[in-house]
Amino acid sequence: MLEGLLVGLSTAFSISNILMVVGGCLIGTFIGMLPGLGPMSIIAIMIPVAIGIGDPSAALILLAGVYYGAIFGGSTSSILINAPGVASTVATSFDGYPLARQGKAGKALTVAAVSSFSGGTIGAILLLIFAPMLASVALLFHSAEYFALMVVGLSAIAAFAGSGQVFKALLMTILGLMMATVGEGALFPMARFTGGIMDLQSGFGFITLAMAMFALPEAIYLVLDPKRSQQEDGSSTGEIKELRITREEARAIIPVIGRQSVQGFLIGVLPGAGATIASFLGYAVERNIAPKEEQEQFGKGSVKGLAAPETANNAACTGSFVPLLTLGIPGSGTTAILLGALIALNVSPGPRLMIDNPDIFWAVIISMYLGNLVLLILNLPLIPYIAKILAVPRNYLIPFILFFTLMGAYIGQNNATELLILVGFGVIATILRFADYPLAPLLIGFILGRMLEDNFARAMQLYDGPGFLWERPMTASLLVLACLLIFLPAYRARRARLRAEGVADAD
Amino acid sequence: MNTFSVTRRVMLAAAAATLSFGAPAFADGHQVLDDVHFLIPGGAGGGWDGTARGTGEALTNAGLVGSATYENMSGGGGGKAIAYLIENAESLENTLMVNSTPIVIRSLTGVFPQSFRDLTLVAGTIGDYAALVVGKDSEINTMDDLLAAYRADPANVAVGGGSVPGGMDHLVAALAMEAAGEDPTAVKYVAYDAGGKAMAGLLSGEIAALSTGFSEAIELAKAGEVKIIGITAPERVESFPDAPTMKEQGIDTEFVNWRGFFAAPGISEDRVAAYQDAIAKMYDTPEWEEVRARNGWVNIHNPGDDFRAFLEAQETALGDLMKKLGFL
Repeated sequence: MLEGLLVGLSTAFSISNILMVVGGCLIGTFIGMLPGLGPMSIIAIMIPVAIGIGDPSAALILLAGVYYGAIFGGSTSSILINAPGVASTVATSFDGYPLARQGKAGKALTVAAVSSFSGGTIGAILLLIFAPMLASVALLFHSAEYFALMVVGLSAIAAFAGSGQVFKALLMTILGLMMATVGEGALFPMARFTGGIMDLQSGFGFITLAMAMFALPEAIYLVLDPKRSQQEDGSSTGEIKELRITREEARAIIPVIGRQSVQGFLIGVLPGAGATIASFLGYAVERNIAPKEEQEQFGKGSVKGLAAPETANNAACTGSFVPLLTLGIPGSGTTAILLGALIALNVSPGPRLMIDNPDIFWAVIISMYLGNLVLLILNLPLIPYIAKILAVPRNYLIPFILFFTLMGAYIGQNNATELLILVGFGVIATILRFADYPLAPLLIGFILGRMLEDNFARAMQLYDGPGFLWERPMTASLLVLACLLIFLPAYRARRARLRAEGVADAD
Repeated sequence: MNTFSVTRRVMLAAAAATLSFGAPAFADGHQVLDDVHFLIPGGAGGGWDGTARGTGEALTNAGLVGSATYENMSGGGGGKAIAYLIENAESLENTLMVNSTPIVIRSLTGVFPQSFRDLTLVAGTIGDYAALVVGKDSEINTMDDLLAAYRADPANVAVGGGSVPGGMDHLVAALAMEAAGEDPTAVKYVAYDAGGKAMAGLLSGEIAALSTGFSEAIELAKAGEVKIIGITAPERVESFPDAPTMKEQGIDTEFVNWRGFFAAPGISEDRVAAYQDAIAKMYDTPEWEEVRARNGWVNIHNPGDDFRAFLEAQETALGDLMKKLGFL
């Protein structure tokens, strides 16, 4: 193993390969900022370039750089304009955007960059040590466990069910789950609830819905309320008051980063889960184990709430390389495209990769570490400039947001109907926001709904009924965990309240 | 601002690098067509996308076509692009649409009202056979073993695949079971939403066997992850002769997942002939061989009337089976 590591090190640290990482990270970050162009499409665009390079290690290093850059770029648009272009950065916008609204865009971007770096780096170290071992763990999960894992992920909605909001949050979650059933399910050959509209055959597009729920209502709000482009304290949004993370904040996020690197990585290892689930789970777990007063900050601009999903989604991306490299199984769309690139470069991923091409195997793992480091070095100095986007006067900022929102929905599919769907749902979402309905639970329900249904139906089919719920201990434990995550905070709050009342009575 | 200009230069360099790949080589006297516009009924990165872009790359690099452009038009499982091609037929003389086996299946199930008969058939160009595979540690080694296990306990021998019930992977598994004398409706087919997840299902032991594309199966068999127990080719395939055919195991099943090109209805015969000529010449070029080998495609050339006969035969075979399975 040490010998392979050394070969990998010497491969990765050649001048040309370092240039590959830098170039890949830059291209990924800048294209990734555009909503609608996620890691998957950027990697697809870059594949001919990578194949043209010819050398498999260099090509993979370039693609890994693009991958990390794109994930980081995606969180930038979530934080700055509430437009999550990739499902795995939806949770980033929950606290990242409120922070930006408070004039702390620079700080939010810094927290995101540091969390991404730590998640990716710790993930790469875990991959280095445990990859061969974890391959078999990844296969312990059956459809039944994936179903239970999605239920745990759904517990993230609790963050939006504040006092008096429980009913509204549940209603929106159910609406999201219902919207996930539109179109051809993976388990039924018939299209459902499409109303005969051909464009709904494969369901609502994620990007369209994310833009309609988050970015478009925000832009409409800005138009309707001129004061909104100003901060609560009267300063302009663009002013970067705080860039640095304070000592207290650092102390708060370090344990979050530690936990979420490991948790995110492990979820990423599962071929059926991935970065999106990891980010929701990270958010849910961190919120629900946080002390009461910090818990209330979640969704309103908590640095912990931003650090959790950002760490988890990067660690999960690294984790998803475990099944790809050791088993040849792509766990996500992005790794499926990477698998295609590997095969085109005459590299067959699988248990033999480490034996047959140790230079490639180790070069990839080391390039991940390098990619994360380069990303941090490149991005920290750029943050003040990136955050300045918000300093643009609202007359220009609003058309800018609208342009990227509409383009994001159109660009992936080249389908003009997506724009009509976007505007239609954008208007509905704006009305719901006026009525104080939280929109995040709808999107969480929508994203998890399809996977929840698929895995549930598969498990039902394999066990000829709901027997898997009690026959598989791991499924049962995950479901118990979900219940704990949902009810523990409520129970603790109730007990605290009772005790406070008790004290009051004693007086 | 200095940092910005540097990044812009990097981006431009990358863009230039991308463009240079699609740039036409100088036509050296044997150019057949000036330009071809490829209509891709799905998003970027899918199988249709790769086929159209790979074919366009080979045609332009070999100098058979002056330039190629691409347009992704997803929606309606490919139905949107088909409707577009028919409605705007008069102005789409230079357009080739890529498609594959699902056009037959989806017009049978009525996902879209049109069928291949409403289009001009240019040629089937490549294909992939289907394969049934089992995990490397499985006790099953042949189709006979699989059938024996199935007959002993049908409920415990689930076959998985990366398509919906009634989709291609399911139909292939059902075709094989039917040809082996079993009731195709009794086979427990478990659908996954992607091939990779189905493969994970196989390796985790959730399903006993997996119905998948042969080229995907080869990669995993080479890596020692799976054993291929039967393929739907008429005889063993040169690129991986270890894989036994269904036929040699007494199961009379053949199936090709083809990919090919269609043009708008009513375009001139000269133009159709030119398309077919360019494609026929493409097979002998090193540029095509490079693209083909890179993607692991199998040349299965079916121009014009052969294509029609092939599609009609496939439609009948799949239609009969889908009726039995209750999907029609």
